[in-house]
Amino acid sequence: MLEHYLSLATKAIFIENILLAYFLGMCSFLAISKRVDTSIGLGFAVTFVLTITAPANWAIHHYFLEDGALSWAGLPEVDLSFLNFIVFIAVIAAMVQLVELILDRFSEKLYHNLGIFLPLIAVNCSILGGSLFLVERDYNFMESTIFGFGSGLGWFLAIASMSSIRYKLRYSNVPLRLKGLGITMLLTGLLSMAFMAFSGIDL
Amino acid sequence: MSLFDSKSRQVLKDPLMQDNPITLQVLGICSALAVTVKMDTAIVMSIAVIFVLTMSNTVVSIFRNMIPSRVRIIFALLVISSLVTLTDQYLKAYMYDMSKQLNVFLALIITNCIVLGRAEAFAMKEGPWRSFLDGLGNALGYGIILVAVSAFREFFGSGSLMGYQIISEEMYASGYQDNGLIAFPPGAFIILGLIIWVQRTIGKIEEE
Repeated sequence: MLEHYLSLATKAIFIENILLAYFLGMCSFLAISKRVDTSIGLGFAVTFVLTITAPANWAIHHYFLEDGALSWAGLPEVDLSFLNFIVFIAVIAAMVQLVELILDRFSEKLYHNLGIFLPLIAVNCSILGGSLFLVERDYNFMESTIFGFGSGLGWFLAIASMSSIRYKLRYSNVPLRLKGLGITMLLTGLLSMAFMAFSGIDL
Repeated sequence: MSLFDSKSRQVLKDPLMQDNPITLQVLGICSALAVTVKMDTAIVMSIAVIFVLTMSNTVVSIFRNMIPSRVRIIFALLVISSLVTLTDQYLKAYMYDMSKQLNVFLALIITNCIVLGRAEAFAMKEGPWRSFLDGLGNALGYGIILVAVSAFREFFGSGSLMGYQIISEEMYASGYQDNGLIAFPPGAFIILGLIIWVQRTIGKIEEE
């Protein structure tokens, strides 16, 4: 059992990295990776929110929205799965707000570090993407939690390495029109190629 | 105000080249890359984005004076996700294979920063007709890049265009091989990077 979870986590972090293999969360990745410290802050926030929203959305899908999920309420024929998108995005927005409130109340330091990123996260595609993938791949509760955490960590790894590369890039001589977005895309391609090398690993 | 005065034309035309949402505003790159392995998925995706973006811009613009600014993001998200649900259900009903291929990426139009970005930056301030044109222009600009990337990827990655084989059997027999890497994720990043480079050179655009 443990092996299964471990291989799921490795897969989510390295082999099927949510950013480098599924392109999710590119917008904030490109905008934020200019600076190392903010990248690490946003990376933490994404990991945190993904770990919470993945199991929460799993539970809502499993007990309310799935085909036949409402049989506990005496409504076995009801299929609400067309509401998935709206409910998921609402849960994510609400969760982000909740996390913000809790952080504000209990940990001022963390709030100041993560606070500015939290509103950004509601529209980060990797969060919604994570929830949609777990529905599509039919994960159970434990698997969803691990998948959420693993995907978040993978995203964190990708943005942390990218911001370090871009930091070093400031001292390089990049062609004028390639500066900024162009060179960042090319570098992301190389990074993604490097992560593809993990695909041989099978736990 | 006539329907197509110079400002309206500019609103429609600018995002196609000078202010392209993908290569210059850096919006909506997530889905731009994932659906570009084949040209037909890229075209269906562009049409879906054109529908969602024009409609959401118009609706948000109509309601812009009634929505308190504190809840405007939630409101925009609700409008967008309802529109995406509509599109998704339509595709499931009439183009089932296509909806299977687009997978979760159709749903991810909700968090595509283009849609929310244009709602925030434009539709919250301008009237419905201009917002409609702005949505149309931006979605077309997005579609152009999407189709360009997918044409390169399909041609070099599997030797076909729109599903028709372009590179003939004799070519393969005499030793030509498809570049498999282009069809994998790294190919998408690199091709988009090169397109951005070319586009900025032609348009003489510099960053910062």
